[in-house]
Amino acid sequence: MTDVTTSTPSAGFDNDNRQAATLGDAFHDYLNRIRGGDMGSLPAIFGLVVLFVVFSSLHDRFLTTYNMANLVIQAASIIVLAMGIVFVLLLGEIDLSAGVAGGASATVIALMLIDYDWPWWLATLAGIAVGAVIGLAIGSLVSVLGIPSFVVTLAFFLGLQAIPLKLIGAGGSLRFNDPVLRGLSIKNVPVSAGWIAALVIVVGFAALSLYRYRSLSAKGLVHQPLGLVALRIAVVAAVVLGITALLSANRAPNPNLFTISGIPWVLPVVIALLFFWTFVLTKSRFGRHLYAVGGNAEAARRAGINVTRVRISAFVICSSMAAIAGLLSASYTGKVSPGAGGGNDLLYAVGAAVIGGTSLFGGRGRAMDAVIGGLVIATIPNGLGLLNQASYINFIVTGGVLLLAASVDAISRRRRSSAGV
Amino acid sequence: MVEPLLELRGVNKSFGVVHVLHDVDFAVYPGQVTALVGDNGAGKSTLVKIIAGIYGRDSGDYLFDGKPVEVHGPRDVAALGVEIVYQDLALCDNLDIVENMFLGREETSRFGLDEVSMETRARETLTSLSVRTVKSVRQSVASLSGGQRQTVAIAKAVLWNSKVVLLDEPTAALGVAQTRQVLDLVRRLADHGLGVVLISHNMGDVFEVADRITALYLGQVAADVPAKDVTHSQVVELITAGRSGDLGIAEDSADAAV
Repeated sequence: MTDVTTSTPSAGFDNDNRQAATLGDAFHDYLNRIRGGDMGSLPAIFGLVVLFVVFSSLHDRFLTTYNMANLVIQAASIIVLAMGIVFVLLLGEIDLSAGVAGGASATVIALMLIDYDWPWWLATLAGIAVGAVIGLAIGSLVSVLGIPSFVVTLAFFLGLQAIPLKLIGAGGSLRFNDPVLRGLSIKNVPVSAGWIAALVIVVGFAALSLYRYRSLSAKGLVHQPLGLVALRIAVVAAVVLGITALLSANRAPNPNLFTISGIPWVLPVVIALLFFWTFVLTKSRFGRHLYAVGGNAEAARRAGINVTRVRISAFVICSSMAAIAGLLSASYTGKVSPGAGGGNDLLYAVGAAVIGGTSLFGGRGRAMDAVIGGLVIATIPNGLGLLNQASYINFIVTGGVLLLAASVDAISRRRRSSAGV
Repeated sequence: MVEPLLELRGVNKSFGVVHVLHDVDFAVYPGQVTALVGDNGAGKSTLVKIIAGIYGRDSGDYLFDGKPVEVHGPRDVAALGVEIVYQDLALCDNLDIVENMFLGREETSRFGLDEVSMETRARETLTSLSVRTVKSVRQSVASLSGGQRQTVAIAKAVLWNSKVVLLDEPTAALGVAQTRQVLDLVRRLADHGLGVVLISHNMGDVFEVADRITALYLGQVAADVPAKDVTHSQVVELITAGRSGDLGIAEDSADAAV
């Protein structure tokens, strides 16, 4: 009755290729994945290149360092909002109210600063708490009561617009001139500190990648070829150091009169959030459970995961990140108006997440997607603004981009399921 | 005779007025494959759900390692070392094999998830089961065939040093070669000393791997016999009529005396 398999256990895994042997193989695998519909951030990078070519050929000031720094500041709030949206999209849900939740939180922050003279950090915490409470309410309605998230968040989208309108009053606006919070957008990190931080990031990334490579290959586990690890480190170093160099140059429109140089303070904020959420998504049990619930909620439930709690947490994270996005947006404009967060913000953020490679169908997405996608989306109003286009064009382009991103997602999903990648 | 690992004695279960299980005795022996057969509505799934702790019992005993145990839910059952592999596989397509095997029970170190330890253990388990068909333990489950997915689901159950594994129709959706793979694996589980329960409609599968056959008929145990003592057609009769020759449920007490 014993099995015909007589091979020794150690020979049992001879078919298991533990690494793509060379850089060439790794590249081949990558091409296969793309062909199979796993495009990752490729559409976003392609879109970024196209937009840069188009705008720089139409307007000579688009590629100036001054405008590039502006682009970074404008993109920050979209990126942060999109990073929050990624968590909800991972579950296959949607949060239409994130933009206005950010507006409501920003209103609270501004009021605390102006009327109650709270220090900036306390006001910020209050704003994030407002976001968290909103997320808790949405998440509970969705996962405990079972109302579709589309309906719940549409209701919150309408209802939450009342908060700034009531607190500020129609036609008014709150100034937002706290030196620290406003300074996020208008002040820069000292040039030397910026270089040190950039070097620390590059060296840290290289050390972590090599450590990971060594510990995996020493134990004979699945790992990437050394060439790919080195290539990845080189790309990260080039991007980080390149951006630092760009932003460290004097970018004042009239360089003889005064100097503007250094990384805008919003960039470290975005990078810190990126590192934190990337760690949560890839290295924590909670992150793993998020992907599991997004992939197959029933399987997650049978594996003993508390699906309800995971769902509620995702909405809390989304609305809390929306509060930070609302803060950054107020910091950029220097005021909070009653319509804060009610315009294109949310659609920009969803578009950013999806164009960056996060799926609308759940189960796929990274914090990094929000950064790459956010840059693409922010480039559109930046370029159109330079070209002095009427605002109706902006609406058309935004809607078109969102639709395009969703189409790419749907098509790649279809190809994935037929290719089984 | 070897002591049963898991045993149910005189179990009764009713849903309202419907008496689904009548005084059912069921035993799982270490190192043996016990096939649980029966027609639709015979009470197979109710019995499995009672073993899994999803349903309670109206009366009767639940014994593990010869000792009566209190079972109040699926968690208690998992703690005993009993794992159930359901027909609709509980795997996440977007996660890879290692991630699926450790789902809900991830190992962590000081720096978050301990991928090195998890991959090593997953690899050991798959190797010990002589699973050689997967290309890489880091490929996503979506890219696996039906048989490979079933294999991962079974390996997931084995990973936790379980003592009893229940397989609900593991070959129902599989082709010939894949059925072969899974049946080999079922046999290997028993050879490792686990108590295996195979719930199946397919007599070919049952006779190929089972050591014992327990046939249910209208909520009663029609027969609990070594597989080598019965023929194919006898088992079919037990399933459809509840008796076959001198095996099975007596039609009435007069017949039983004969």
